[in-house]
Amino acid sequence: MVGFRYEFRLSGSGGQGLILAGKILAEAAAIYDDKNATQSQSYGPEARGGSSRSEVIISDKEIDYPKAVNIDLLLCFTQEACDKYCKDIKENGILLVDSNYVTNIPKGKFKVYCLPITEIAEKEAGKTLVANIVALGIIVELTRIISKEAVASAILSRVPKGTEELNLKAFNIGYDRAKTLK
Amino acid sequence: MQRINKKDIKLMTGNEACAEAAIVAGMRFFAGYPITPSSEIAEILSCRLPREGGVFIQMEDELGSMATIIGASLAGMKSMTATSGPGFSLMQENIGYASMTEIPCVIVDVQRGGPSTGLPTLPSQADVMQSRWGTHGDHPIIVVAPSTVRETFDWTIKAFNLAERFRVPVIVLLDEIIGHINEKIIFPKKEEIVIIERERTKENPKTYLPYQCVDTDIPLFADFGAGYRYNVTGLCHDETGFPTNDPEKIDALYRRLNRKIERYTDEIIEFKTVSLDDAEICIVAYGSSARSAYRAIRRAREMGIKAGIFQIFTIWPFPYEELTKISQHVKNFIVPEMNLGQIAHEVSCATGCDVIKVNRVDGGLITPDEIFERIKYVSV
Amino acid sequence: MFPYEKYLRLDKFPHIWCTGCGCGIIMKAMLRAIEKSKIPKDSIALVSGIGCSSRTPGYVDFNTLHTTHGRAIAFATGLKLAKPKLKIIVVSGDGDAIAIGGNHFIHAARRNLDMTVIVYNNYIYGMTGGQASPATPIGKKGSTAPYGSIEPSFDISGLAIAAGATFVARSTCYHAVQLDKYIEKGLLKKGFSLIEVLAPCPTYYARLNRIGTSVDMLRWYKENSIPVEAAKKMSRKEKDGKIIIGVLHNIERVEFCEEYKKLVERVKRGQATF
Repeated sequence: MVGFRYEFRLSGSGGQGLILAGKILAEAAAIYDDKNATQSQSYGPEARGGSSRSEVIISDKEIDYPKAVNIDLLLCFTQEACDKYCKDIKENGILLVDSNYVTNIPKGKFKVYCLPITEIAEKEAGKTLVANIVALGIIVELTRIISKEAVASAILSRVPKGTEELNLKAFNIGYDRAKTLK
Repeated sequence: MQRINKKDIKLMTGNEACAEAAIVAGMRFFAGYPITPSSEIAEILSCRLPREGGVFIQMEDELGSMATIIGASLAGMKSMTATSGPGFSLMQENIGYASMTEIPCVIVDVQRGGPSTGLPTLPSQADVMQSRWGTHGDHPIIVVAPSTVRETFDWTIKAFNLAERFRVPVIVLLDEIIGHINEKIIFPKKEEIVIIERERTKENPKTYLPYQCVDTDIPLFADFGAGYRYNVTGLCHDETGFPTNDPEKIDALYRRLNRKIERYTDEIIEFKTVSLDDAEICIVAYGSSARSAYRAIRRAREMGIKAGIFQIFTIWPFPYEELTKISQHVKNFIVPEMNLGQIAHEVSCATGCDVIKVNRVDGGLITPDEIFERIKYVSV
Repeated sequence: MFPYEKYLRLDKFPHIWCTGCGCGIIMKAMLRAIEKSKIPKDSIALVSGIGCSSRTPGYVDFNTLHTTHGRAIAFATGLKLAKPKLKIIVVSGDGDAIAIGGNHFIHAARRNLDMTVIVYNNYIYGMTGGQASPATPIGKKGSTAPYGSIEPSFDISGLAIAAGATFVARSTCYHAVQLDKYIEKGLLKKGFSLIEVLAPCPTYYARLNRIGTSVDMLRWYKENSIPVEAAKKMSRKEKDGKIIIGVLHNIERVEFCEEYKKLVERVKRGQATF
């Protein structure tokens, strides 16, 4: 049986919570959904700012090569990241962008979803800080690779104490919003 | 299938698994100095060790870190430090001291690009030779190189076992990829974990000779402060532990120190082979490059190319004999590594074959495609 | 007669030190201080680095550790933290302690880690043939300073005080009787104590600087030393070029092992959070 391997790349700037979002995604798959998962990141010397890239691989088999090369879903929070990484999306893959920051949409054989993710976080969840979690909600619904429950459990285990409700709210907002896209 | 308790499944990094495993192995003394990409090990242990009643100390530099863990081990504690290339270079003199005085300890080197400051946040496997020959003089050493988070857990424990068993410094070579990747790990059951302690003397302190070996080449240990009052020196010494200039005794010491590893290679060397039985092409890989190699041989097999893998866990002592045996039926060896060919040279020595090297030194992990291309090239 | 045999590894004699060397004088003062302090031999760890002074551990019957150049204090840090009941004495030279090992010296003092460091200051690298050290006085010669050193020298005691040591005393090999007392006080002090001892190196320092014999060096110590109490009343000019001897510094400060123990207790009780 040929197993599946699903590759995510979450990209933008440092401080946008992409590393945490990647860890939540990987933890949801690995612990709550009984799959295998890896999460890795590339980073520069900056503690804040700079470009940030978080990659998640989910598979039902052992994950050997842990980097994303044939991306199933690319999330971009900056135009720069989008320009740089869109070429790595595989045929029929998904490009998800924050439409307030990525205005020049590249052309390719992939599906494109544009949503003002940060704005949604600010207006509907009440904090721009949870844009990463809103994005997670969107991703879960768009890809249907990991169960909603698993991601919710992983969010609860990874986010700071006292922010659980806010984060779950943000997650559900993203999830519901993605349904309207299809 | 056995049910796995959810508590035993975690998503963690290689650095986290290394710190956790060290505690499981009984390590209760850590001294270190911050350096990317190894710092998380120190950070985790600064939190964990006080809870376990152990000691964490951040030293003023890596020279001091290495010296301090040797001191702690001499007092009877299992000790370790963690660093990366530049810090590892600073530790080398005292690693030689631990070899010479036969004081067990574990050094974790999370490799980054070098020489010098190099590529602090990017992976490399360029410390392979430094780990073997970084300190001066002929000396015994054991170096292990895991490739996954679970292997990092297992091999950190084994590193302590080997250090305790053979009274040598043992180096765990990780790299930035394994150190920082978050990966699913299913912890082994407690009863599956083997922990070895150094063999301590039961001799009367009056007649105890700290470097006397009977039957084995491994002397029996006495903790400092346990009533033995012996001498430890980095000078060439005889079995009493005091300096000697007697050529016969000097020769005997150096030969025994190195024999200690050579004699027990069967016990030390570990590797894993996959699809090698009928293979015409053998990939020899270690550390994170092995992960790419597994993917490459799977692709090759799907295309009907007979490729297999020889994954080395203990890169020093190197499995020369095992590779020589394989070279009797395989003639094509491919060695992928994130350096310019440090292990390729050893593979070539062992097999007598021209080894095809796949090297990357740009801070990127070798891709399965890069290895697969070479497999294809060889197979036609 | 003091029972030196009780502490010496007599089968390791003759020692390697030159005739007239100060190392033996300091070693004997240390043994007398240990005897007076009543610390049992089994609980003493004597740690050294590399150099003439660092050969001391080979001749005395304690837990003895002869380490690498400059690192004695770092090795000792591991011993002490792993087994706090050990009484740690580090013997070191000027080059070993404040050149190659300067970093560990100041940081152990800063931590106020409980150990007694005895620095044999002979102004020179004796073991390797008389090269200049950071303690070589300006203008004095060494085999690597044939025209006289142009570098200002370190005040070893002053460095220890500035770095945080809680007990600091200076003596010379001429003032051996006082030296016993300083070492004893250092041993009994809970914290980082430093005893700096000026020691003659007749083979290199005295010869390269045409000072004469070891006896001439001792005479020079005698004539140029001022007790710290007297020095307090003297002007800077009067003190210029003199050796100030005595207990230079003695304060109370939290000791590192004790503090670490408290941290562990706090963490275990769940009172420490991060």
